[in-house]
Amino acid sequence: MSDANSRITDVVTSNDVVLFMKGTPLFPQCGFSSKAVAILEHCGVGFESVDVLQDMEVRQGIKAYSDWPTIPQLYVKGEFVGGSDIMMEMFEAGELQTMMDEKKVAKA
Amino acid sequence: MPMSANEIETMIKAGLPGSEVEMTDLAGDGDHWAAKVVAPQFAGKSRVQQHKMVYESLGGKMGGVLHALQLTTAVPTS
Repeated sequence: MSDANSRITDVVTSNDVVLFMKGTPLFPQCGFSSKAVAILEHCGVGFESVDVLQDMEVRQGIKAYSDWPTIPQLYVKGEFVGGSDIMMEMFEAGELQTMMDEKKVAKA
Repeated sequence: MPMSANEIETMIKAGLPGSEVEMTDLAGDGDHWAAKVVAPQFAGKSRVQQHKMVYESLGGKMGGVLHALQLTTAVPTS
């Protein structure tokens, strides 16, 4: 397993909710990442974020890890949930909150 | 060079025969698109699988030349 892959595995298995994004929650560097942060804040869950712009290996590695071509990417309890469009669809349908409750994710 | 709406739509329809694609220019710059894709092939698939099917039809352009495509997928209602 490559170094980037093991770092990704480590962060998604040791945190309930992980968002791989461009920038940080306070200073998102793209509109999609900004939207993803806003959705998680609305859900009221605590989350770990990884700024892929600070780590080129993770930026490439995360796309292979999930077989998903874009960033942001949301992981809950180690499982890939989707990008910002899927997060928005799930949030609007109430499914994201239900999933967080079912998976017993800690509130922020 | 950014992809045109027509180009994106043609690729999705070729990858998902029988699908309906509605393109919206989000920023008015011909480079930030929203696509609503309704395809019978999505039946029984998760959202992640549905989006992956669209990305596959775009032949690896997603995340590269096509960096901003807001995607909504749905199964046709009869």
